[in-house]
Amino acid sequence: MKMTYREAIRQGLHDALAADPRVFLMGEDVGKYGGSYAVSKGFLDEFGPERIRDTPLSELGFVGAGIGAALGGMRPIVEVMTVNFSLLALDQIVNTAALYRHMSGGQFSVPVVIRMATGAGRQLAAQHSHSLENWYAHVPGITVLAPATIDDARGMLKPALADPDPVVIFEHALLYNFEGELTDTARDVDIRSAKVLRAGNDITLIAYGGTVWKAQEAAKELAAERIDAEVLDLRVLRPLDDATIMASVRRTRRAIVVDEGWRTGSLAAEVMARITEQAFYDLDAPPARVCSEEVPIPYAKHLEDAALPQVPKIVAAVRRLLGKG
Amino acid sequence: MSDPALQPVGVPDELALGMLRDMVRIRRFEERCADLYGQMKIRGFLHLYIGEEAVAVGAIRALQPDDNIVATYREHGHALTRGVSANAVMAEMYGKQEGCSRGRGGSMHIFDAATRLYGGNAIVGGGLPLAVGLALADKMQDRKRVNAAFFGEGAVAEGAFHESMNLAALWKLPVAFFCENNFYAMGTALARSESQTDLCVKAAAFGVPTKKADGMDVVAVHEAAKAAAAHVRSGAGPFFVEFQTYRYRAHSMFDPDLYRDKAEVEEWKKRGPIHNLSNRLKAEGRLTEEQFLAIDADAVREVEAAVAFAEAGTWEPVEALTRDVHTEAAR
Repeated sequence: MKMTYREAIRQGLHDALAADPRVFLMGEDVGKYGGSYAVSKGFLDEFGPERIRDTPLSELGFVGAGIGAALGGMRPIVEVMTVNFSLLALDQIVNTAALYRHMSGGQFSVPVVIRMATGAGRQLAAQHSHSLENWYAHVPGITVLAPATIDDARGMLKPALADPDPVVIFEHALLYNFEGELTDTARDVDIRSAKVLRAGNDITLIAYGGTVWKAQEAAKELAAERIDAEVLDLRVLRPLDDATIMASVRRTRRAIVVDEGWRTGSLAAEVMARITEQAFYDLDAPPARVCSEEVPIPYAKHLEDAALPQVPKIVAAVRRLLGKG
Repeated sequence: MSDPALQPVGVPDELALGMLRDMVRIRRFEERCADLYGQMKIRGFLHLYIGEEAVAVGAIRALQPDDNIVATYREHGHALTRGVSANAVMAEMYGKQEGCSRGRGGSMHIFDAATRLYGGNAIVGGGLPLAVGLALADKMQDRKRVNAAFFGEGAVAEGAFHESMNLAALWKLPVAFFCENNFYAMGTALARSESQTDLCVKAAAFGVPTKKADGMDVVAVHEAAKAAAAHVRSGAGPFFVEFQTYRYRAHSMFDPDLYRDKAEVEEWKKRGPIHNLSNRLKAEGRLTEEQFLAIDADAVREVEAAVAFAEAGTWEPVEALTRDVHTEAAR
């Protein structure tokens, strides 16, 4: 069945709310407004204001309240409008949610799910366009997810809610209108593994979230040049699925990580380090990456485009790595 | 505030003596902690509550066993009053696995699920949104619980305080905001950090009812906390109490205490919560010096037993280092 990423997220939320009275959705404009990305349109009427809870512009407060409610036996889904705003709540996520279980000697788990939009591409300029997934993926105690496919958009919420510990879900803002196929496997997706979306033999393109589709597009272009690229969707940014990454890279013997985060200290850097540590002698070329340029994302379309990983950049990086540049 | 020395105690013996006993237990426990810190048995940050005991004791005595407590990094007194054993708290300070947080938390992170003590939070104001969330869960699940959030006056400057007060008031949540105003945020006096030093005025801005209480008088604390808890439990929404109190010791063991007059400290010591209560009970003929000494001796015995327990405790094997980063069963 074809559907948009938005609809897939919406169905996942709807299922979760219908299945468990402990589940509620809380965040800015999730109710009356219908969700800033319209994923919760109609939910207020269906589930009522207790469970579709509009919050003030108070990220630290309502994310912390979600964490407290999780400790109190609820299964909150807290929506933060964008990862940029989530920095206002970073203290509660990093200093409370991620630590409580270990710091309490295993007495208190925090089964909260925090969803937020991430990424650039809509000319929203520097304070609405960043990709800071790696900040969260740095922190022990939380699981970090980045659904890129319709199946994952539809299916990841259920296992996230079943997880007794905090889970942060990044939805790439450019994907909401993206249309794709929902398959039967959406009902039982896991939140532990990476996944090969396109099989290939010459090189592995490792991507997540919004860059998955740029990598796919690049792979198509490369196929015309008889370069057979594999596309691996990380899906889970913490913990990284080393086994699937290495299995692919050992076979293709080359890897490029495509990451919308800034290059320095990026998730791409972590993936490359792991490949170097674990698969160095299987490589035919040093691992490479295509990341965002190290500038605040600008407003002007041509500058924004230039700042982000794009298909031609990925194609060029592949050619370079294969000595065909 | 009128002189508490002249006020009748006005509560039954069992409660009055129980509160006296708890304050003495905390005092003896923490004096011993200071010694042990000098002996390097306890490390890290150690924030003593000495002088402020009436607040935790009076307030927690106003709660039910099913109520939730969120506390700060100066929480030994809250834990002991709440019923966490001195053994478990002392072993935690030693970093032993018999400690209430298995030695992962130390002095600042005393947790106890059995008595519903949700920490031991060492981010100033960090526990407040958490208390709001616990209260939200109670409201959504129709439980008549009070969520008591303890925090210092320093937290009132944090955004977390304002956001939490707003959410609690907006959603009429069962939170008792218990502000322990000891007048110094580490070394910064209230008047040097706040444009409005009347903390109740700040709380009132959110439409939350408030009360000021003498935090050196355990009975006054108890009465104020009882009223707050009753209001909160009735479903009428949050309540804010400012307890004015004073810490006799420095902020932590690292603090040279250069920011306040010794005379000021001495002045507050005259109002000490333990002799404040014991003198009044004696004047009313409800406590003899012998009884007081017996209470003190019991407390010393309990603390020494806790030290022995902690000494005999064991270190968690390093192999267990990464345990409980996540819930094991889920992995």
